[in-house]
Amino acid sequence: MSRLLPLFGFLVLVGLFGFGIWWNTQHDQHEIVSPLIDKPAPAFDLPVLDDAGRTVTKASLLGKPYFLNVFASWCIECVHEHPLLMTDVKQLGLPLVGFNYKDDPQAATAWLAEHGNPFDVIVADREGRSGIDFGVYAAPETFLIDAKGVIRYKRIGPITPEVIDKEIRPALAALAKETP
Amino acid sequence: MRRWLLVLGLLLLPALSVAQAIQPLPFRNHAEEVRFQQLSAELRCPMCQNETLADSNAPIAHDLRRQVFEMMQAGKSDDEIKAFLVDRYSQFVLYKPPVEPSTWLLWFGPLALLAIGGIVVAVQVRRRARQSPADTTPINDTGDDW
Repeated sequence: MSRLLPLFGFLVLVGLFGFGIWWNTQHDQHEIVSPLIDKPAPAFDLPVLDDAGRTVTKASLLGKPYFLNVFASWCIECVHEHPLLMTDVKQLGLPLVGFNYKDDPQAATAWLAEHGNPFDVIVADREGRSGIDFGVYAAPETFLIDAKGVIRYKRIGPITPEVIDKEIRPALAALAKETP
Repeated sequence: MRRWLLVLGLLLLPALSVAQAIQPLPFRNHAEEVRFQQLSAELRCPMCQNETLADSNAPIAHDLRRQVFEMMQAGKSDDEIKAFLVDRYSQFVLYKPPVEPSTWLLWFGPLALLAIGGIVVAVQVRRRARQSPADTTPINDTGDDW
């Protein structure tokens, strides 16, 4: 029996190793789960991108759930994500608020002219201070904020068709159940 | 002579890039700078996850250093600054997470493993000692019964 002990130990290690590999295929190591989920979104008061005289606040967006999509003209993954924002995300029927993160307004406007503008309104966070409040660390990021201003879901990284089907649609379904 | 100057210039280039990588902050005094360095070395950059805020050159690390600096200037304590960052980026940003139920495994796991190993060794040694109390020479000549 005690002769089998090393074999047993070895199998335990194999099991741990296999679990590690499996776990890494299920999780993105670079994703930090946001502590803000199911908490009220931080207050913000940011100028509109193409109309700096006007500002949008958290309070002004209350009353209806919306997506907040963090993008920038310098962000490479945003280009990959953008076609999906233009079509599938738009078709989900929620207002899409653009959060232009640490960007030059002219560069952002040119970028939108080139790739299309799916946003209902775009706020500009040039210094990235509101970004810190939202826990933004890697554009693109997308928040789903409910009618009461609570962050219900966050996607770190580009939205993909799988993310829409497996994460965003269920989150929307949960929202729809609460507000009949 | 000119060639040597060129070599010297090339040797100094890396120093230049290091100097540019992290923008200096206007500290009021040396103590404040030391405190800032200590604090930012304890905080982890969320973007490039194996670097501290002090070391990282990612844009978010730059912003967070500025945030930490401004909070220090505003008279916030280290704990308040850490809490601010944890609220936004989770405990991930702390290189030294606090001891609490969710981190017990992290803090005490290695000790528990060591204790389990110690118990296994102690049990084995006792069992063998009981099997051959007087016989000190190994039964197996190779001394290897695996």
